[in-house]
Amino acid sequence: MGELARTPLHALHVELGAKMVPFAGYEMPVQYGVGVMGEHLHTRARAGLFDVSHMGQVILSGASWEAVALAFEALVPVDVLGLGDGRQRYGFFTNEAGGIEDDLMFARRGQDLLVVVNAACKAADIDHMRANLKGVSIDVLEDRALLALQGPAAGDVLAGLDARAGAMRFMDVADLTLGGIAVWASRSGYTGEDGFEISVPADQADALARLLLEQEDVMPIGLGARDSLRLEAGLCLYGNDIDSGTDPVSAGLRWAIQKARRAGGAREGGFPGAETVLERLANGTDTLRVGLLPQGRAPMREGVQIFDAETDGAVVGRVTSGGFGPTVGGPVAMGHVQSTHAVTGTALWGEVRGKRLPVRIADLPFVAANFKR
Amino acid sequence: MKFTEEHEWLREEDGEMVVGITIHAAEQLGDVVFVELPDEGTTVSKDDEVVVIESVKAASDILAPVDGEITEVNEALTDNPGMVNEDPQGEAWFFRMKITDASQMDGFMDEAAYRKFIE
Repeated sequence: MGELARTPLHALHVELGAKMVPFAGYEMPVQYGVGVMGEHLHTRARAGLFDVSHMGQVILSGASWEAVALAFEALVPVDVLGLGDGRQRYGFFTNEAGGIEDDLMFARRGQDLLVVVNAACKAADIDHMRANLKGVSIDVLEDRALLALQGPAAGDVLAGLDARAGAMRFMDVADLTLGGIAVWASRSGYTGEDGFEISVPADQADALARLLLEQEDVMPIGLGARDSLRLEAGLCLYGNDIDSGTDPVSAGLRWAIQKARRAGGAREGGFPGAETVLERLANGTDTLRVGLLPQGRAPMREGVQIFDAETDGAVVGRVTSGGFGPTVGGPVAMGHVQSTHAVTGTALWGEVRGKRLPVRIADLPFVAANFKR
Repeated sequence: MKFTEEHEWLREEDGEMVVGITIHAAEQLGDVVFVELPDEGTTVSKDDEVVVIESVKAASDILAPVDGEITEVNEALTDNPGMVNEDPQGEAWFFRMKITDASQMDGFMDEAAYRKFIE
């Protein structure tokens, strides 16, 4: 691959002493001086600032909101039309086999849809939208950065800069002015904490990040803690926990498919792989994504095979994300297991370096969400 | 104290070698959350994987610096892996070993040379 891209905050990361690593074609901060553990715990206690500018931001516009929403519904099994103005929702692109091509957030801004997609998938997602969205113009926002402010203090920090932020609830989107900088904010994130994602013009991103870091309680947080936070929150990492071969039902994402798109709904089906997804919604799946709580101290990381017995037995699943949960204070993981074993409390074994170690099926999330509903 | 290019240190004590990792290595690993130690009495060859260390981010192997026999392991690390970050060149030693061939230590660095090595 060619040279790594940089976000508008690259110089700030270096100045703050970040350890920079390649991630999805970008040079990104994996941690700052405090380290993953300290950054994780700070985010859960106060507020952390994340650079997520590597993600793709795309505006879809058309003749009317209905035209844009219905066009987008042809690519996602989610109720887009029913989304109120100033509201955001989680969704995913499906393929003809019912697998997930990428997961995403989309927000209604008046007549337009703002879609935020994963960095690693954004080129493919944009091609997919260009090829398949009828009567919709697609504007890829190359000139905007994306920051996330996450943690229990995030609401007060942002409300201190623009009182309108304080009135936003979970999944609301609004225009704010932060220290004279006009931004688009959503009250959402990927840590299980209350917080905001803030889209800002690239040339003002550095000034906004510095303003936020000046606020008491705010610390810069790298991708390392972002991963441990989202794992404790039970949220999927695309490419690990969900991929093009995983359908949303076995991925435990049936909650994201609203009634309007299900069998008997107002706009039943009508997305790629609908037949498969609707059949699985009705009849269940052979495997399910579950929480896995190792009973010892050893982390069970991606790729660890799950067995139904301590000796011999059969492989009944695989860890898709795993590591250490700083808030839990021990190892946590998630994975896909055969549905017959996907019952909370079921005792299984994960094979780590040739040894079968006990693990139990656990409810997700590992750390309760702290959203402002 | 002697240092290896694998960022381990060896300290002679009562005719045996006490082995751990350097402050530099501990900083690179980040927060250590799990340590798996070998069984006492295990015979090891140079470069055998003898200890597994897991940080929040990833797992790493610690290699036997020389041939020999593991005579004691630091069980305290099992319950308190964070010691590796707090005192890597003191309290957080990994194991003691009886070494078979002292000449295998000929290439090891003293502290000044190790400092240069990590610069």
